[in-house]
Amino acid sequence: MSTVKLTVNGKAVSVDVEDRTLLVHLLRENLNLTGTHVGCDTSQCGACVVHVDGRAVKSCTMLAGQAAGCNVTTIEGLAKGDELHPMQAAFRDNHGLQCGYCTPGMIMSAVDIVHRHGGKLDEETVRHELEGNICRCTGYHNIVKAVLDAAGRMKVAQAAE
Amino acid sequence: MYETNYHRASSVADAAATFAKGAESKFLAGGQTLLPVMKQRLAAPTDVIDLSKVQEMIGIEVSGDTVTIKGATPHYDVAQSDAVQKAIPALANLASMIGDPAVRYRGTIGGSLANNDPAADYPAALLALGATVKTNKRSITAEDFFKGLFTTALEDGEIITAVSFPVPAKAGYAKFPNPASRFALTGVFVARTKAGDVRVAATGASQSGVMRVAPIEQALKANWAASALDSVTIPASGLLADIHGSADYRANLVKVMGQRAVTAAG
Repeated sequence: MSTVKLTVNGKAVSVDVEDRTLLVHLLRENLNLTGTHVGCDTSQCGACVVHVDGRAVKSCTMLAGQAAGCNVTTIEGLAKGDELHPMQAAFRDNHGLQCGYCTPGMIMSAVDIVHRHGGKLDEETVRHELEGNICRCTGYHNIVKAVLDAAGRMKVAQAAE
Repeated sequence: MYETNYHRASSVADAAATFAKGAESKFLAGGQTLLPVMKQRLAAPTDVIDLSKVQEMIGIEVSGDTVTIKGATPHYDVAQSDAVQKAIPALANLASMIGDPAVRYRGTIGGSLANNDPAADYPAALLALGATVKTNKRSITAEDFFKGLFTTALEDGEIITAVSFPVPAKAGYAKFPNPASRFALTGVFVARTKAGDVRVAATGASQSGVMRVAPIEQALKANWAASALDSVTIPASGLLADIHGSADYRANLVKVMGQRAVTAAG
């Protein structure tokens, strides 16, 4: 057992976990942040994507101990109170989800994509960059539409700030 | 995953000392291969020593005709590096094609090389560019480093601290990725050194891991053009055959990816 101290969605937390605990299990089982999903056992599906120090990573492929001292943002940390993050709003408006299982990971990856590419985002880039996120409903068309829509909204939001 | 003890190393020396204390230690770099393998219980190290926060092992340096990438530098940083894009654009391009974006944020050059997956991308770049692997004990040429499937010249407890690449006159990389894993079904790296030598390496193709491709090297030495490979035949003997592609299919891929790599190199 080790004590892992990290910041999750802006709050400092300290959790006692076995060293073999994956970050995703610390989030889900110790902190009850069940928005982050486990979709596969092979690090391929991306349902578990969270931001660690601003980078979108698969929390099922990182030990909890590796996140010690890090700043973690999960899907629960995106909205500002009742106001959805522009990416969440765009997913809702564009019907970017069907069963919704992959959605938290999709949104966390998508926010990272927009941060990296900013205004230069096109459909091909979005499709290429979403390679690490699998939607088994195969609802990719509307997911891609949502990401492009959100990219525009995030630019506007940034300009307004 | 079986129980294990996690240690975060603060320096290369600390990592080596901690490794020596464990019964069955493993170094953990980006963890994008080791952790999935541990989850499947195919590996069960008693101790994992995390190298990803060792500051002296992270970063990229370009001086004169050498690009040095430190061992724990993530693929994303290599792909994004202005210095690498300027000195060896093919290397930045290769790094941008590894796995998916989340994998590239975590996966490191040292971790990839120490694992030496026969379908990994970096080994092709090292072999074609004539790179040198620097460890905490010595320097190893790419020729001497790769020893076959998942096997390298590294000794137990030896750490890849950096890789040095000589800047070539021209280089290009092309790969045919497995659509699910993004590993190379076959990837070919072509390089023309500043002294005029041509070196070509293929990954994902051979049963013995990364390999030089002599017929392509000879053809490109005579004429650096994609069309120079039109009449080249790659022997299928010793090439991988699996559900994704036969040995003959891969032999043809070596040639086609070679042509695309030359086109990319310009």
